[in-house]
Amino acid sequence: MRIEKRLQPSQTMVYLSPILALVLTVFAGGLLFAALGHPPLESLAIFFIEPLRDTYGWSELAVKVTPLLLCATGLTLCFKAKIWNIGAEGQFVFAALIGGAVSLQLTEVQGFWVLPVILLSGALAGMAWAGIAALLLTHFNTNEILTTIMLNYIAVNLLLWGVHGPLKDPAGFNFPESALFAEHTLLPLLSFDYRVTVALFIALFMVVVIWVLLARSLLGFQLRVLGENRNAARFAGFNSRAIIWFLLLFSGAMAGLAAISETNGPVGQLIPTLSLGYGYAAIIVVFMGRMHPLGIVLASMLLGLTYLGGEMAQIDLGLPKSITGLFQGMLLFFLLGCDLLIHYRLVLKERAFGVATT
Amino acid sequence: MDLALLENILFATVRTGTPLLLVALGAMISERSGVLNLGQEGMILVGAACAFIAAYSADSLMLGVVIGALAGALVSLIFAFVALTLISNQVATGLALTIFGTGLSAFLGAEYVGQSIEGMTRVELPLLHKIPLIGPALFGQDLMVYLGLTLFALVFWTMRSTRLGLIIRAVGENPQVAHALGYKVLLVRYAAVLFGGAMAGLAGAYLSLSYTPMWAEGISAGRGWIALALVVFASWRTERILMGAWLFGFASILHLLLQGFGYDVPSNLLAMLPYAVTIVVLVFMMSRKGAKGLFAPRSLGQPYHPPQ
Amino acid sequence: MKLTPLLALTAALLGWSLASQADDKPLKVGFVYVSPIGDAGWTYMHDRARKIVEEEFGDKIETNYVESVAEGADSERVIRNLSARGYDLIFTTSFGYMNPTLKVARRFPQVKYEHATGYKTARNVGNYQARAYQARYLAGMTAGAMSSTNQIGYVAAFPIPEVIRGINAFTLGAQATNPNVKVKVVWINTWHDPAKEREAADSLILQNVDVLTMHTDSPAVIQAAEARGVYSVGFNSDMSHYGPKSHLTAAVMHWESIYRDKIQAVLDGTWEPKAIWHGLKEGVVDVAPFNEAVPEWVVEKVNTVKMQIINGEHAVFEGPIYNQAGELMVKEGEQLSDEELIELEWYVKGIDG
Repeated sequence: MRIEKRLQPSQTMVYLSPILALVLTVFAGGLLFAALGHPPLESLAIFFIEPLRDTYGWSELAVKVTPLLLCATGLTLCFKAKIWNIGAEGQFVFAALIGGAVSLQLTEVQGFWVLPVILLSGALAGMAWAGIAALLLTHFNTNEILTTIMLNYIAVNLLLWGVHGPLKDPAGFNFPESALFAEHTLLPLLSFDYRVTVALFIALFMVVVIWVLLARSLLGFQLRVLGENRNAARFAGFNSRAIIWFLLLFSGAMAGLAAISETNGPVGQLIPTLSLGYGYAAIIVVFMGRMHPLGIVLASMLLGLTYLGGEMAQIDLGLPKSITGLFQGMLLFFLLGCDLLIHYRLVLKERAFGVATT
Repeated sequence: MDLALLENILFATVRTGTPLLLVALGAMISERSGVLNLGQEGMILVGAACAFIAAYSADSLMLGVVIGALAGALVSLIFAFVALTLISNQVATGLALTIFGTGLSAFLGAEYVGQSIEGMTRVELPLLHKIPLIGPALFGQDLMVYLGLTLFALVFWTMRSTRLGLIIRAVGENPQVAHALGYKVLLVRYAAVLFGGAMAGLAGAYLSLSYTPMWAEGISAGRGWIALALVVFASWRTERILMGAWLFGFASILHLLLQGFGYDVPSNLLAMLPYAVTIVVLVFMMSRKGAKGLFAPRSLGQPYHPPQ
Repeated sequence: MKLTPLLALTAALLGWSLASQADDKPLKVGFVYVSPIGDAGWTYMHDRARKIVEEEFGDKIETNYVESVAEGADSERVIRNLSARGYDLIFTTSFGYMNPTLKVARRFPQVKYEHATGYKTARNVGNYQARAYQARYLAGMTAGAMSSTNQIGYVAAFPIPEVIRGINAFTLGAQATNPNVKVKVVWINTWHDPAKEREAADSLILQNVDVLTMHTDSPAVIQAAEARGVYSVGFNSDMSHYGPKSHLTAAVMHWESIYRDKIQAVLDGTWEPKAIWHGLKEGVVDVAPFNEAVPEWVVEKVNTVKMQIINGEHAVFEGPIYNQAGELMVKEGEQLSDEELIELEWYVKGIDG
């Protein structure tokens, strides 16, 4: 058996490969659960179905999906152009720090402009952090994978310094966390029964925005050219530097909004473990979603579901967290691996001078 | 500052740097062959858990070290298969490996939390460890530290003066050309990834058998990520990885030392220094004309499919 | 009123029928943990206590846990899901769960909640803490007596009141057996990083410290002391197997004592939302068996003070106590109240760091 490149990406496989991955996961997951002495079908049901049995479950999925999706929209554009921005995590964390500081400053101030200012501060902070990587890439030609990873570490340490130092709640008994944000600095809830905020609509709106950008504008074409060859873009008649700046600033802004959706949403204060790795998870989301707007919506839902499912499996089955981690890792391996079938096909036997078939 | 204090600081620096050195040497080889594996943290944890379990069950530290390296290599094989054979994105696959490895180590090690073993003891090399200042740091450590230094020498020699080093570099620079020259690109990359896995596993074994002889979940506490930064800091050059490992190690205990002298510097601000310096190094490296010092593998992170 | 006896009878019957109904199925007890149960420290001890009570109550209760639940957005969902799935009593074992617990509790009035280490209660939310500082004081007495350099090292995570209380109590205890002793503190800003805990311990040994203790998760500090041939005092559990020669004793936690009481109260129908702070007297904290190296007079003295604390004849924080600047903070004959202890943010004289 060998692997052969397809002349054209297979449209069938675009839809079929995630299904195949899911089937494989269900199969291997069932085996895993059975091997560990847990009922396989029931375990799988609890992972994938139980969390969504009621409205509350769906609302919590939306809470999980919001920051993932926002980060993923920005990354989708970057990755289309093969700008490997691994820095959504850092942009998220830095924006949370700045947005949090602004929110705390506005505790005593009322006004319709308070929330927009906080959202803007988050987006700008995310852009500033991504801007460093853009500057390094366009002016010094440094590898953006490496610089953005470094910037992630720096941002996390800045947040830790913030919550251990200047932003620590003066009345908080020295616990490393900020004061709770005032009620009017929090994003409005869609319903008092659930924790979903307006940020969900912002996220969905941004998905539509990138969809339109990719499908209906010159940008989609330019990203592809840039992705083929960073230097060729110049010959195609557009400024690749400007596009690199746009992509990184845009994804920084999205990560910044994601941060505000979390700090000024369900969390409501600055804490050391704020991000839970949303910026990294979003990378997985983008690849699982095949860099397609609709795909990343589905992928972020699937990833969010495995988080909720993991908790459910602990509650209902007493599965330790380690097993849910194993299961998640396996799911990701299958999803990433099955992508192969889109661009390649498996050839079972060598065919001497056979007629090429698709 | 008296001599004994300096000797002790150097001793601690070399010890702290050892897990970073082991992981970074492996990651460097993997990256020089063109493969970026962000799953270091997962591989260290699996190595640490398996090493401890083996050493505890068989009452043999040496067996623990071997099993730790094998376990690291084994989980890296999953990454290699998905990222190389199935040509998936290396960044995403590496992240998945971290999730998987963290879960696997916790699952395997669950029964061994709270158990203790007799850890590795210091083996002082005759005469050499009496050299003032650097003696204890370099010649008064345990076997894992010596193993780390030996592997460093081995990697240094391989990359500098062997054909194998040349092949690894060729595969990382331009896999198409390497293929045309008749090298098996995938085979080289598989081997490089497995070597990286084994090294991460060794680093895990060092943590759970020598540094703090025990198993606890998350025992690596982010050292895999620091090692990835270290490789870049060292601009993929073996000799710089050694200096960098000690420098990063020293940076991580600097705030403890400063507290001892009565200075109160926010530890988080100190902790980000190595990363900021790494960025500066990257910029400096790229801006040098002729790119003589440039060792960044050109095809790093790019998928490769052998032509038919 | 004629109706009163009738009402009382009805209420009693109703109560009986409810109680007997409750007898049919086991009480479901849930635990929410902030770190993995394999952290070898805080969560490990809570889970050990969970297993002990599960064993003791047999089929009267059913317990379960959710581990590694991050403080922040995730914890509220986990607590709520446990509540919605028929758990009768839920223990949330980290400070950061305080507000999420209260928020969920409003929605599930029939569920009872117990939050560890916080300070708020509600109609169906109690909170519990352990007076670990009492055991720290006894551990400090042992350490003070065994130090010949008069320097004791303390590896600590974050300067929160819980940790500061421990350091202060330990220092006061050490001074009770060795008036000249100094305690050096190194902050490592994390609960769980064994290698860093070990480095911090080594950096203290460099400063001429000959007894070590810690307020972090892992036994790495004990191992460092054993390797360097100095004494150590453990925390959380008896860690003597990590340092057979060095481990003098430990300030140990027995959370099962609190869990046993709370679960029994719910089973009996006598549970109330109280803020409890149990210590040596109730058996929540204790000192571990002493190392052979500890002389008899020290063991006797520690045991005497232990009995005095249990009987209420001696308080850990009784005056005169001076702060680091040498100002009198607690006058002779007075002692710190619980309210003052909860907010404790200053250090007693003799602490360095």
